[in-house]
Amino acid sequence: MSPFLLFLLLLVLSVAGFFIGRYKALDLARKAGGASRLHSRPVYYGVLTALWCCLPAFFLFLLWLGFEQSIVSSLVIADLPAELRSLPPERFNVLVNDIQSLANGNIVSGKVTRQMRAAAAHYVRLQDIGTMITSVFVLVAASAGMVLVHRRIKPELRARNQVEMVVMGVLVVCSTIAIFTTIGIVLSILYEAVRFFQQVPVTDFLFGLEWSPQMAIREDQVGSSGAFGAVPVFAGTILISAIAMLVAAPVGLMSAIFLSEYASKQLRAVAKPLLEVLAGIPTVVYGFFAALVVAPMIRASGAQIGIDVSSESALAAGLVMGVMIIPFVSSLSDDVINAVPQSLRDGAYSVGATRSETIKHVLVPAALPGIVGGLLLAVSRAIGETMIVVMAAGLSANLTANPFQAVTTVTVQIVTLLVGDQEFDSPKTLAAFALGLVLFVGTLFLNVIALTVVRKYREKYE
Amino acid sequence: MNKSNKQAGAGSSGTSRRERTIDIVNKRLEKRYRKEKRFRLYGMLSIIASVLFLAFLLTSIVSNGYSAFWQTYIKLDVQLDPDMIDKEDPGRSNYQGIIKQAIGAYYPEVKDRKERRELYSLFSSGAAFQLRDEVLKNPAVVGTTLSLWVLADDDVDMLMKGHIKRNVPENERRLNDKQLQWIAKLEAGKRIEERFNTTFFTAGDSREPELAGIWGAVKGSFYTMLVTLALSFPIGIAAAVYLEEFAPKNLATDFIEVNINNLAAVPSIVFGLLGLAVFLNFFGMPRSTPLVGGIVLMLMTLPTIIIASRAALKAVPPSIREAAFGVGSSKLQVVTSHVLPLALPGMLTGTIIGMAQALGETAPLLMIGMVAFIVDIPGGFTDPAAVMPVQIYLWADSPERAFVERTSAAIMVLLAFLISMNALAVVMRKRFERRW
Amino acid sequence: MQEVLKKNPTEKRILAPRESRKTIGNITVPKPRMVCRNVNVHYGDKQAIRNVSIDIGRNEVLAMIGPSGCGKSTFLRCLNRMNDTIDSCHVTGEILFDGRNIYDASVDVVPLRAQIGMVFQKPNPFPKSIYENIAWAPRIHGIVESKSDADEIVETSLQKAGLWEEVKERLDQPGTSLSGGQQQRLCIARAIAVSPEVILMDEPCSALDPIATAKIEDLIEELRTQYTIAIVTHSMQQASRVSQRTAFFHLGDLIEVGTTETIFTKPSHQLTEDYITGRYG
Repeated sequence: MSPFLLFLLLLVLSVAGFFIGRYKALDLARKAGGASRLHSRPVYYGVLTALWCCLPAFFLFLLWLGFEQSIVSSLVIADLPAELRSLPPERFNVLVNDIQSLANGNIVSGKVTRQMRAAAAHYVRLQDIGTMITSVFVLVAASAGMVLVHRRIKPELRARNQVEMVVMGVLVVCSTIAIFTTIGIVLSILYEAVRFFQQVPVTDFLFGLEWSPQMAIREDQVGSSGAFGAVPVFAGTILISAIAMLVAAPVGLMSAIFLSEYASKQLRAVAKPLLEVLAGIPTVVYGFFAALVVAPMIRASGAQIGIDVSSESALAAGLVMGVMIIPFVSSLSDDVINAVPQSLRDGAYSVGATRSETIKHVLVPAALPGIVGGLLLAVSRAIGETMIVVMAAGLSANLTANPFQAVTTVTVQIVTLLVGDQEFDSPKTLAAFALGLVLFVGTLFLNVIALTVVRKYREKYE
Repeated sequence: MNKSNKQAGAGSSGTSRRERTIDIVNKRLEKRYRKEKRFRLYGMLSIIASVLFLAFLLTSIVSNGYSAFWQTYIKLDVQLDPDMIDKEDPGRSNYQGIIKQAIGAYYPEVKDRKERRELYSLFSSGAAFQLRDEVLKNPAVVGTTLSLWVLADDDVDMLMKGHIKRNVPENERRLNDKQLQWIAKLEAGKRIEERFNTTFFTAGDSREPELAGIWGAVKGSFYTMLVTLALSFPIGIAAAVYLEEFAPKNLATDFIEVNINNLAAVPSIVFGLLGLAVFLNFFGMPRSTPLVGGIVLMLMTLPTIIIASRAALKAVPPSIREAAFGVGSSKLQVVTSHVLPLALPGMLTGTIIGMAQALGETAPLLMIGMVAFIVDIPGGFTDPAAVMPVQIYLWADSPERAFVERTSAAIMVLLAFLISMNALAVVMRKRFERRW
Repeated sequence: MQEVLKKNPTEKRILAPRESRKTIGNITVPKPRMVCRNVNVHYGDKQAIRNVSIDIGRNEVLAMIGPSGCGKSTFLRCLNRMNDTIDSCHVTGEILFDGRNIYDASVDVVPLRAQIGMVFQKPNPFPKSIYENIAWAPRIHGIVESKSDADEIVETSLQKAGLWEEVKERLDQPGTSLSGGQQQRLCIARAIAVSPEVILMDEPCSALDPIATAKIEDLIEELRTQYTIAIVTHSMQQASRVSQRTAFFHLGDLIEVGTTETIFTKPSHQLTEDYITGRYG
């Protein structure tokens, strides 16, 4: 039985449960003399039945989906011939992967042996058995839930309260997903990064000046070669982000000021949506534009004035990234500037200040914490931006501050290291997670500071 | 009133100094207004710069991409010799050979093997499939001479669209002089023309630009978005309702709030790392599938939806809740039957904006293997699929000139989707906006 | 004031009926500082002020009273064109200052506001130090160039505002760190620092406690010797304490003008009488 069909069946059962429960409640009500004799409205008895029908069964179902593969794999591995099980760990992992691919009908990397085929068949068989057993369990659980509640339905059953309790539980679970996501991010990145640091010392990674992970691509070279000094990568990230902020901060801030303090209503009505369009353009489009149009343009104009510009210069990627961030800076600053109370403007105008004097000397200082917070969020965004740099910045890890040269960034390296087939033991792949850890911690730091600053600022003027 | 004399005296004694003050003020005015003008100009320039950039971007995408909606076709007279068609299974006949024969028949003068190869390369490898489809659709054509418009190779297409210049030296263009002559013969015989490019909207990915289309990516995006929407909308609203209406103000809910706000600012690629490590490696979910892509994008858009939904809930005035409590409803009843319906438009708007974000997102999907080269059009949630932005990324990486225009065209399609989603959000906001 | 009313409770006066919207009393003064004639203010389609004509005399405190929404604050904000900051606001009529209509196209609001300062309902010190709060405006106007000039103007302004003794030790602290009453006096000092001729005060004490209010009222009395002051107030007691002339506004009309004493003892309009005797407010 396919998971989808099972899911559908579960749904049908739940709906049936609802009607059965409600019917019994109505029946009871009639006998007892009116619905007011019941503790809750009949609908609640129906919902309660449906909930008991679907929730436990659904959890069983999820449990199986989550652990199906590991259970089946371990069973298959246990049944593998001894000579296969005694393979070195890396080869063994590849083998297990191949068997799984074979069983799922996917393309297999290596040669398919008879033993593998047998194992794959075994795998498929176990999977089928597992699915069947689960289906039976799930359906039994659903029916049992329905029957149990149905027998409990009495006029004094506090159905509404029980339903509300369940609903509340669901709400709580939903709102904790954010926490689980964060925990998931931290654990998964940390786990792989720690494995990386077991092979490459932390100090080498954080302070090393040479980055060339590509060298360790062959299996017999694991950890022995390849340089994992991430300083050039960090420097490249900082260089591109700095260029982006040099564009985005003044332009974004001035746009916000112009729109909120100078522009007429009509101009605002046109310019704001245009900025929103700019914000809504996917980064992959910016990346394509940077690589196709901006980079060659910068290269050509550099050649005209006699500067040798790399075709993947940090400048091109940084400029386009800056443009991407303009609307972000502008909308954050706009919010912040609008939050400055009108009375401060009045105060400045009443002593005869011009608009620009009011803005420069009163509004901006008053809004400064909020503006700084917004800029920090923008920096965090620039550091974490991926597609523009993947498409327009280079792969070569040059340690340079020259914006005309190609540099690489943390996100570019993560993508390059992880896209394509990888094994999960080589430091090359794990290095991506180490970079991811740095990225996450760095942006987390910026975000937390920025969000606190902005919140404090809002509270001040609320 | 007896003080009035004294006051007048004090007033006049002050006047001379004040007269001086206003003179000083007036003297500096011009300079101050120059500064004012300059400042205003900077603001204006910032806006203009952003708008110009947007215009530049859009025009360069459109001017690069519009031609992809046309495709060059060449008319071939194909003789369908019954001997060449497999009787048992017409689908397995050597259509490539039939096409080559037809080409050879039009150019009897080309004999040399190398030259013949060059000649064949003017036609798309998709021509054989076109012919097969034609035969399978209408077996009666076997034995007749079929006049068929077949796809031209992408180089020919580029030449016809003017992206390959005819007047540059031979070694600087992808088509040599002889090939140009052959094409000239086609042109003279009115056997080559531009037609609307249906392939682009109906096909999956391909290594051959003339055979590549975005339908596979569109469907992939559709399935992915469906997963994202199905998960993030209910979860997002449930979370927002709990946090806004029920949650006690304590450390735990503060922590949730900090988490949500922070997740909204975490780089998207980090969610990709999470998906790779947890969903693919730990739970062993299938790579490159809309299912995993959708889950990862759900985690990414959830904060956006929660934040927007909470704002919508906040905008419902407390008086409505109090009124509902007043008639003896339970808290949950108040929320489900009074507060939620009022907040729903705002929540939907937030969801649409979140979905638009997810639709344009690329980086996390690269991490979970959605960059694989997938020709087949996905038919479900667990089929390997590409999504539109990833398709754009893949094509942007391809060296062929014809992919540049297809990339731009794909961007136009993606932007059309995004803009209509955002427009929908704006319309909804306008329509249901209620001031309390 | 209450006693004043009690003194002659039986005096018979003929009062203008409530329906009469014409201004009663003498709107002119000899040698006026500002002359307002037929001022109308619209917010979009809504008319907030109708045909108000009044003179503001030199070295006098003119109090504007009236129930909420009567347009007194709107009128005050016309006097230095603070209404310009509101898009939908439209002013017609004449307001003459130094013989020129301040709504004339040729008049520049920047020097105008340097001459006609304003103090607001809620104290609104800039998010700067106490010193900078005062020194900023003279500096942008070019009134002070050197540090010693600035020091001097800060000291004299604060002294005039009666705040010097309280803050002279902590001039570098933010203006917002002061108490409400001190902040309001800081705002007055800020207005004084550019040596204006007229100071407009929009309910300057409504956010303050009675002690701070008393200090501000004393201050107004002192400032009168050097400046022309127009004050909007909600409190009739305050109007009677600080002003020489009083104007009573009602729903956008200037109902009655006269010396403060007359208005509070012998009003000529039924509405004025109703208001000052507290029948509505």
